[in-house]
Amino acid sequence: MRAAAESYTRRLERVSLAPLWNTSTRYRLFVFFLLAIVAWGVYAYVVQLRYGLAMTGMNDQVNWGFYIFNFVFWIGVSHVGALISAILRLTNAGWRTPLTRLGELITISALLIGAAMIIVDMGRPDRLLNLLFYGRFQSPLIWDVIGVATYLTGSLIYLYLPTIPDFAMIRDRLRRTTSTIKLKLYTFLAVGWRGTPEQKARLDKGVKIMSVMIIPIAVSVHTVVAFVFAMTLRPGWDSTVLAPNFVIGALFSGMSALMVVMGAFRKFCHLEEYITPKHFKNISYLAIVLLFAYFYFVFVEYSTVMFKFRLEEKELFTLLLVGQSAPWFWLFFTCAFVLPSVLLLWQREPTIPRLVIAGILVNIGMWVKRFVIVVPSMEVPLMPTDFHFATYMPSWVEISIVAAGLAGFILLLTLSAKIMPVMPFVEMVEEAEEKHAEGKEEKHVQEQHPVRRRQGV
Amino acid sequence: MQEKNKKINRRDFLKRTAGAVGLVALASTPFAVFNRVKGAPDNPLATEGKPDNNASAKSKVRAWGMVIDLRKCDGCVTIGISPACTQTCINGHFAPKGQEWIQVYKAELPGGGSSFMPVPCFQCENAPCVNVCPVAATYHNEDGVVLVDHKRCIGCRFCMSACPYHRRFFNWGTVELPPEAAFAEYSPLYPVPAIKGTVIKCMFCAHFLHDGKLPFCVAGCPMKAIYMCDFNEDVASNGVEVVILSRFLRENNAYRYKEDLGTQPRVWYIPGHGEQFGRHANDTRELKPVNVPWGGATPDQRLGLWPWDKPDTWTWEANPK
Ligand code: SF4
Ligand code: SF4
Repeated sequence: MRAAAESYTRRLERVSLAPLWNTSTRYRLFVFFLLAIVAWGVYAYVVQLRYGLAMTGMNDQVNWGFYIFNFVFWIGVSHVGALISAILRLTNAGWRTPLTRLGELITISALLIGAAMIIVDMGRPDRLLNLLFYGRFQSPLIWDVIGVATYLTGSLIYLYLPTIPDFAMIRDRLRRTTSTIKLKLYTFLAVGWRGTPEQKARLDKGVKIMSVMIIPIAVSVHTVVAFVFAMTLRPGWDSTVLAPNFVIGALFSGMSALMVVMGAFRKFCHLEEYITPKHFKNISYLAIVLLFAYFYFVFVEYSTVMFKFRLEEKELFTLLLVGQSAPWFWLFFTCAFVLPSVLLLWQREPTIPRLVIAGILVNIGMWVKRFVIVVPSMEVPLMPTDFHFATYMPSWVEISIVAAGLAGFILLLTLSAKIMPVMPFVEMVEEAEEKHAEGKEEKHVQEQHPVRRRQGV
Repeated sequence: MQEKNKKINRRDFLKRTAGAVGLVALASTPFAVFNRVKGAPDNPLATEGKPDNNASAKSKVRAWGMVIDLRKCDGCVTIGISPACTQTCINGHFAPKGQEWIQVYKAELPGGGSSFMPVPCFQCENAPCVNVCPVAATYHNEDGVVLVDHKRCIGCRFCMSACPYHRRFFNWGTVELPPEAAFAEYSPLYPVPAIKGTVIKCMFCAHFLHDGKLPFCVAGCPMKAIYMCDFNEDVASNGVEVVILSRFLRENNAYRYKEDLGTQPRVWYIPGHGEQFGRHANDTRELKPVNVPWGGATPDQRLGLWPWDKPDTWTWEANPK
């Protein structure tokens, strides 16, 4: 029994800390590939800075396009951290431990990319600080700035606090090596953690406080993102249900993003033993609930509008259901509702590929949904013009920058695996020891998932 | 009383607006005074502390507005030119190509047929664009005109999304300007030259008004369909006649576009379809496109979908109709 627990710990150590010590060629190539995409996006942005937003496909009627709806999408993805870590931590769902850090990492990466998108969208990024000098609190955009900044700060703290023991552990291990810069960095990050009961109690308190605080912050962030649209008089936006709709949609897409990221890390970091089909299943139950909740909200939003069919709304819905945006709308409907509900509900082996595919589909669907929210509403003419719709086609500059955003998101996740263990190592070891102390058998896990011997990422 | 609508010449109107003391046309004086005494002025600053006829016109607080008489507006189709209001505005402001600060729309009439509707910025009193601006770059000045400070605007285009009338335009890039634009001195009241990455729109030519001049579109309209008005003074003029504003609106069934939105536009319309100049509602003649003599395009205005596409492989309309 004792031996089993020991070996579990040692294996956990080897597997989860491997990326910190070893860097494989595959990893280098992957990072290089992502960096290339990001560099191309930076080039596109330089072109845009030079010639102005004329380089985009936007025009005076469809004045928001790719950047804004990707901003909304990334803020949506960022909601997973709050849900996974905060709600599951509060409800003491024991199985969430290996996922908490992934959730927080997704949150922070997505928030950074989302914030970058909004800056890219600005006509005068050189005047960004005007938001501080002249910001007026009446504007929903200022609420966004405050909300996103608070959420980012909160998430960073919430990522950092439970990682302190891990940093201390790395620091202790680095003592044996000679890399002084690294040692200094981790000594700094570990803030003198020694694992005394008093420190543990304090940390526990801090984490608990943060996990309560992060929930209202997360909800408010997506609410104010929705307010940017809901506070205008455009068809499709001028709706009271938009904010809750955004929040539920955000949780839904964040949950699906988590399934994809879990699948990827499981495969490439060899976490088969720790992120098990059981985790996927539990996450998929949450996703099913969120799918139906989101469907309900979309149904409420559309049916209340479609019953009344005010002139502009009617034009919008014709555009969406049968007009030029119909392919996008139905793509959203298929990818976000129809296929995932089949994949999530039809519990068939193998579990993991099925759920990862569902996650990818939902993310495509939710991405298209953000497009469906932002662009068609602006294509509907508001003035008497015999109802000619405006059109919007992104230019290569927009596509490049948005692709760079996605690459940057993956890059941030990949790089952070080099800085900290992607699973809360110390916490997991402690849990294993606790379980061992309670006499629980860990063996069955090992039997189901023989550990691979490969090292590195 | 019958003299209320008595026409006076433009010169007198200008003098009056300029507040040239004692030269106010006799006929309209008593009513203007009467109105001021009877109705509490919208803006207490207008009369506060100083007797009206001593106030200098330039320092007086106004409440500028516009009345557009659609009975007179034929979209300039009967004289076969592009809409003169739009054209004069573009020429006067060196507006970038594709921006029609005052734009003439073709609207359907209830019983079939069509009418033309020139649309400037409505200078809404409850302006959605002003409400959403994060840095107060767009604001009401004391005369109630909605201005944009192009030196502060961060180019978020929130105001464009908020405006329910498509009355705002974005300077997507640096634009071509005629040489004479080099002498223009930028101010929010006269936003020339347009600054890249900021939002621009009609500002009622507020730089002219205190000098007693009429906006470009009002002066340029050959049918004299556009009246400039001051809600505080209760007068309106299109340059050839002066009318009592309240009565003019009341007696001609004036309306505001999309009144139900509650934006409280300062532009009133008098229904019609150009009948005063003989345009029949079923007239099929279309608006002529305006032209920008100096080009006014943004260099490399649009790249293609891909880096290797030639510019203009797909058409771009700054302001799709
Ligand atoms: S018409 Fe549009 S731009 Fe003009 S004041 Fe109203 S909301 Fe603002
Ligand atoms: S684009 Fe400029 S004027 Fe418009 S809301 Fe943004 S900062 Fe204000």
